This record gives sequence, C-alpha cells and structure tokens, in this order.
Amino acid sequence: MDILIQQVVSGLATGGIYASLALALVMIYQATDVVNFAQGNMAMFSTYIAWSLLQAGLPYWVTFAITVIIAFVGGLVIERVVIRPVEGAPILTIVIVTLGLLVIFTSVAGWIYSYIQKPFPSPFPDKPIRIGQIVFGAHDLGAIGVTLVMLVVLFLFFRYTTLGLAMRAAAQNPVSSRLCGIRVSWMLGLGWGLAAAFGAVAGMMVAPVVFLDPNMMGGIQLYAFAAATVGGFTSPLGAVVGGLLVGVTENLVGTYVSFIGTELKLTVALAMIIIVLLVRPAGLFGRTTIRRV
Amino acid sequence: MAADPGATAKAAESRADALAAQPATAPGRSLRLTAVLTVVVIAAALPLFVSGFRLFQFTQVLIYAIALLGLNLLTGYNGQFSLGHGAFYGIGAYTSAIMVDRWDIGYGWTIPAAGIVCLIVGFLFGRPALRLEGLYLALATFSLALAVPQILKYFEHWTGGSQGIVLSKPKAPLHLPLTEDQWLYFLTLALAILLFVLAANLLGGRTGRAIVAIRDNHIAAEAMGVNNALYKSVTFGVSAAYTGIAGALSAIVVAFVAPDSFDVFLSITLLTGIVIGGFGTISGPIYGALFIQFVPNWAQDISKAAPWAIFGLFLIGFMYVMPRGIAGFLHLVWIRLTRRAVPRGEAR
Repeated sequence: MDILIQQVVSGLATGGIYASLALALVMIYQATDVVNFAQGNMAMFSTYIAWSLLQAGLPYWVTFAITVIIAFVGGLVIERVVIRPVEGAPILTIVIVTLGLLVIFTSVAGWIYSYIQKPFPSPFPDKPIRIGQIVFGAHDLGAIGVTLVMLVVLFLFFRYTTLGLAMRAAAQNPVSSRLCGIRVSWMLGLGWGLAAAFGAVAGMMVAPVVFLDPNMMGGIQLYAFAAATVGGFTSPLGAVVGGLLVGVTENLVGTYVSFIGTELKLTVALAMIIIVLLVRPAGLFGRTTIRRV
Repeated sequence: MAADPGATAKAAESRADALAAQPATAPGRSLRLTAVLTVVVIAAALPLFVSGFRLFQFTQVLIYAIALLGLNLLTGYNGQFSLGHGAFYGIGAYTSAIMVDRWDIGYGWTIPAAGIVCLIVGFLFGRPALRLEGLYLALATFSLALAVPQILKYFEHWTGGSQGIVLSKPKAPLHLPLTEDQWLYFLTLALAILLFVLAANLLGGRTGRAIVAIRDNHIAAEAMGVNNALYKSVTFGVSAAYTGIAGALSAIVVAFVAPDSFDVFLSITLLTGIVIGGFGTISGPIYGALFIQFVPNWAQDISKAAPWAIFGLFLIGFMYVMPRGIAGFLHLVWIRLTRRAVPRGEAR
C-alpha cells in the first residue's frame, strides 16, 4: 500500500511538471486557436537564458522574474514578426511555421550553449519532506505549487479581466471581435507572449529534474500534449488535471504493468492521446465546438 | 490548396490550376514528355560520371523522393496532416532489416513486404485518424513520431535494441558488371520510376480527382458520391506504403538500421522536403529530396547545429514566399513565359 501511495505521489510530482507546460499550450490555444509545436523548445530556450543570468551571478528569484519578462517580450516579438504574416492562413501553414521555430530554437540553443547537459538549480530546499512512510521531494511540491498558482492566475485573468475576455473573443470569432473594436492581431501577440512566459516558468521547474540540454523538452512536450488532450485544449483546469492524471497513470502503469516498465512510457502517452481523441476529442473538461458548414 | 497564405495567391493559383487542368495540347504534352525523358536519361547516365559516396548520396535522393511522394499523396493531395511519416519510414526499414537478418529472406522480397506491412499499418492508423481533423491529426501523428524510437528499442529480440541491426550490402545479380553502389542505384532508380508512374496515373484519374476533392471540400465531395472514409484511409495506407518502401530501400542501401535514426526529426525532415519541393505536385518530391539530402551537408560545414537552423529558416521562408514550393514556383514561371503572347492586361 505504501508503494502504491508513493508511486501516486511521485506521479503527481511529474504530473505537475507536465501540467505547467500543458498550461502554456492551453494558453496559446485559447488565445490563438492553434497549437504551438515549438512551445516546449521555446521554454527550453528561456531556461537557457535563466541559466546565463544565474551564471552572471544574479540571485534566483531576480533571474526568475527577468526570465519571465524576457520570455513574454520574446513571445510577443515572435508572434509579431514570424506568425503575423501567416495569420488567417490554413492551419497546416501555421503548424509548419511553428515546427520551423522548433528546429530553429533547438539548433540555436545547441549552437550557443552546446549539447552538453548542464545542472540547473532549484529554488526549493534539497531536503525531502517525510510524512509517515511517504517521501515528498521539496522541489516536486514546489513545482506543483507553482503550477497551481499559474492556474489560478490564468483562470482569474481569462474569467475576470476585460483583456482576458477580449483575448478569448479574438480567438473564437476574430471577425466579430474586430467589429467590436478589439485589436485582434495584438490579442494574438499578447497570447503568444503570455504562453511564452508560462512556458519559461515550466522550463525552470523542469530543468532541475531532467538537466538542461537542447532536447530536454522532447518527451515532456509529448506528455504535455497528452495532458492538454486529456484535459481538453480549451480548459486550463483540464490541463492541470490532465497533467496530474498523465503523471500518475504513467507511474502506475510503469510500476504495475510489467511488460511496459519504463521503456514504453512514451507509448503510454501516445496511447492516451489517441484514445482520448477517439472517445472524447474535446477532452474531459473541454467545450465541444460546433461548426456551421 | 492546403498551404496558401493569402487570398491573392489563391486566386493566382486557381487560375494556374485551371490552366493546368485544360486538356494538354499536343505540343505541351510532348514537351512535358521530353522533359521527363531527359530527366530519366540523365538519372540513368549518372553512374557514368559519379561513383562511390556521391553515387550513394544520389541513391539516397531517390529514396527520399519516394518517401516524399508518399507524404505528398497524403498531405499535399488529400489534405491530411502527417507529422509522423518518419515512423512509417522506420517501420519499412525495420521490416526489411528483420526479414533479411533474422529470417534470411532475400532482400528483393523485403521491399514489397515492407510496402504491404506499411499499407496495413497506415490503413489501420488512418482509420481512427478519420475522426481527427487538422490540428488533432497533426498532434496524433507528431506523438507517433515521438514514440516510435522507444517502441523499436523495446522489441529488442527482433530489432537489436538501441544497437540496431547491421546488414551487408547486396551484390549485383546475374554477374552484372556493376559495383554494389551502382547496382543499388539502378535498383532504386527503377523502383522510383515505377512508383512515380503509378502515382501519376493514380492521381490523374478518377481516384485522384476524388482524393483532391476531399482536400478542397470534403462535404461537397461526399455530396458528389465520394466515399470520404474509404478514400481517406486508403490514401493513408498507400502513402504509408510508399514511405515504407523508401524505408526498406534505405535499410538495404545504408546496410544499417538503428532506432534513433527514425526520430521526430526525420518526420520534420520529410515535411520540410514537401514544403520545399511543393505541396500537391508530382515533381515536387524530387526537388525536396535534393534539398534535404544536400543542403544539410553543406550547412554542416558551418556548424553542427546549422543544418537544422537552415531547415527551420527555409520552412518558414517558403511558407511566406513560395507556399507551393519549388515545383509551384517553376509552374508559375512556365506560365508567365508561355503566355507572353496574351495582352498584358489579360495575362494578369
């Protein structure tokens, strides 16, 4: 029983990390109606920026704040410069452009920082927290806490601010929003900026666990896709629940289903994505969109 | 027109399409035939001029061209995304390698076998994918591409795990006076010609029109009596089969397979190939294959990381300025040149 609980706990810990990147994916989907395939790698790049700042001797939380701001501006600029020319183009075009960004970020990071893994510090204490037989890593708890804070911020932003409402409107019905006086194009830019900022936070939470290297987000991005799909691409809460579910499922299946073990973990994520897309494409918490033909 | 960024480009292109759709006049057709024959003759004569590693690279170009043709059938003509065709390439390669290495089957038989295996896998994957549109299909196929190397490593008993399988290069049969590289080049060339002719025939006829109709407007296509579900999943299967055959050929030519060569970057490479070559064109895969084979080699001289940065820049750049790739661009140039006689105002 203790093993079970321990596995669930560590599943929740990794799930919190998946959830944080899934939040960024959901954020950009909410704001622009596309999935950004470069999300994970943009997060990786932001984390490298944080690493450089730390190397320069800045304290952790100052670095954290600066990185988030740089990521926000970076995301905004990328949207304005790279995505804007293909705004309103078919989805395939935008997907290809984001894939282009993915490979550019990977290779530029490799170019500047080399492919050697680098350790990245955690802001939380090293000492694990024990409750009875169950061990919680302090970083894991911290990461889950950060994810929950991001969720609340995101929820409040979209639910209660005029700007959040305008962003949702711009994503769902650009033409009508434009007629209402919303600057649709800038809303999309803002969406990219915010998603990049969330991604940067996710990256800084991931890096202490997996080490910093240009490909660190490969597997995690797949889990984040799975998390967002399970929870529903239209729901931030869904992304977090989905992330935790994916983390726990991955751990339990890895422990108790012997033929899967740790070697087929990515396949578990793939299977979850496909099953959810087939059974309930909108995800657990997502809205089903109805399209007029 | 799966990839047009703007309405103006669309208008220009639909005009170009209308022109292309007109029954080819006798001189136009013979000109096209001459061009195709010239390319084939040059390709067949190539081993006289290059040898060794260069020839191997050109064999690789032909293999990529077959794989890209498969991907173009699906994404360019049928409008279904696949960001995971590297997976089918890998399945084809492993089918061939396992049959040769573990079961001692002649390599010639493994090529059609890889095609059939991928046809079935592609059809089965395409069946549930029917329910997924646009973005979700992209997600599902992307995840497939991410997961495949791990699956290949898992079945260590057959696939040799992360070590992969080492094969030996086959010798030319019937005591033909050819080196191994030359023989493999001609074999690949013959298969490529066969597969391109088959694809051209498939797309030129009733089936091809149905496939394109589904891309352009699937509801209208359904209303015209096209069985969307059947056509889409069969297209998925055929596309996977082409890519699988290419994979099998690559296993034979490279004489080595390893799981990490079939990762998500291979899928992105293939996608880059059809973006550069030209969506929804038959000749596009050839240009795309030349690009993905040779450009990274040149870029490698700059830095280890440079090839991917250049791929990325080209991917984005082509989406802006040449959404139908090199083939589409050449087509437009051709129209410009041949329509000189028409008064200017009308030509625009």
